[in-house]
Amino acid sequence: MSDQVYDVIIIGSGPAGLTAGIYTSRANLKTLLLAGEKWGGQLMLTTLVENFPGFVDGIQGPDLMMNMRAQAEKMGVEIKEEEAVGVDFSKKPLKVGPYLARAVIIATGAEFKWLGVAGEEKLIGKGVSACATCDAAFFRNKKVVVVGGGDAAMEEALFLTKFASEVTIVHRRDEFRASKIMQDRVKSNEKIKIKFNTQIAELFGEQKLEKVKFTSGEEMAIDGLFVAIGHAPATDLFKEVIELDEKGFVLRKQQVKKYKMMTSIEGVFTAGDVHDHNYKQAITAAGYGCEAALEVEKWLEEK
Amino acid sequence: MAAVHLTRNDFDEKTKTGVVMVDFWATWCGPCRMAGPVIDELSTEYSGKALVAKLDVDAEPEIAGKYGVMSIPTVILFKDGTEIGRQVGFSGKAGYVQLLSKAGI
Repeated sequence: MSDQVYDVIIIGSGPAGLTAGIYTSRANLKTLLLAGEKWGGQLMLTTLVENFPGFVDGIQGPDLMMNMRAQAEKMGVEIKEEEAVGVDFSKKPLKVGPYLARAVIIATGAEFKWLGVAGEEKLIGKGVSACATCDAAFFRNKKVVVVGGGDAAMEEALFLTKFASEVTIVHRRDEFRASKIMQDRVKSNEKIKIKFNTQIAELFGEQKLEKVKFTSGEEMAIDGLFVAIGHAPATDLFKEVIELDEKGFVLRKQQVKKYKMMTSIEGVFTAGDVHDHNYKQAITAAGYGCEAALEVEKWLEEK
Repeated sequence: MAAVHLTRNDFDEKTKTGVVMVDFWATWCGPCRMAGPVIDELSTEYSGKALVAKLDVDAEPEIAGKYGVMSIPTVILFKDGTEIGRQVGFSGKAGYVQLLSKAGI
């Protein structure tokens, strides 16, 4: 273990973590960012991002993240494609795996949620997918189902219509929670059918996905199933270490009152989808990353 | 050194003997672009022990179809032309190293 103490360690490499890094590095704070091997966060699985300001014609999610990373590195952020393993926030300096820091920003975002139904796991990569933008082209003229009711599900369904012959969106509620513009696009697309109040019970197929059974007992022959039921905060690492809410989101406890991004432990801040259960946008995550970074800067100054 | 790109013209020839790991990928796939540099690294590190190569599924859909690739990135490990393992989804370098260990290297 090296004795080097960073000013700040950022855990996470989505818009929140990388924005925080750009700000802390620019403020001359020695910054280590633990990106994880699968870096870049949820935007790495998207296509065109139309609502991130500054890109008139939109920008591809992976391009946006590669640019953010390049910008952070240019500013001097040290990025390691390592997972954070084990944290010790019980004493100063704070410890993240083998690394030491005066402050920490938790920006681990959220993890993909699978359905957890019978047959799903063994069919991943054989018709069951988490990423329409990656896999849609394998379903040319095929029948596919998208599960979910948010913007991600709408985007996946719309993207799939470029390839598949028929796209059915299956949602457990009687309405979508997606933004109106995305819902309108889905509802006006002739290739898309919608099944509300429907849940998946089981998936069937040996070499590849062949059939889905709904909880109603109804069955449907399909070639592909795309899961887009959302994400859960990636906080396993912090259980019993900092205070989380009942759903596992990091709580902003403002251990020192004026720092609104501080967690239940002094010097540990948070940013992005790991604490935000309201907005979950690339731009809000980036905004939170900026707030956390500015607060770290100020807090370190006052120490 | 960047990993070699296989095509329909040399796929069978190149995978026929020895240990060959092929990364099925496409430009429009975010996780594939994360995997790309890792595959390049591995091709250098395993030089002499295994051929680590890439296959663009856009350019060669028939080969992807032949091996039942329906999700990318998918990395398939061949030994003397026979598939002995595959990794679906980007697994990080560690995942690919583990896959290669199935060939005894």
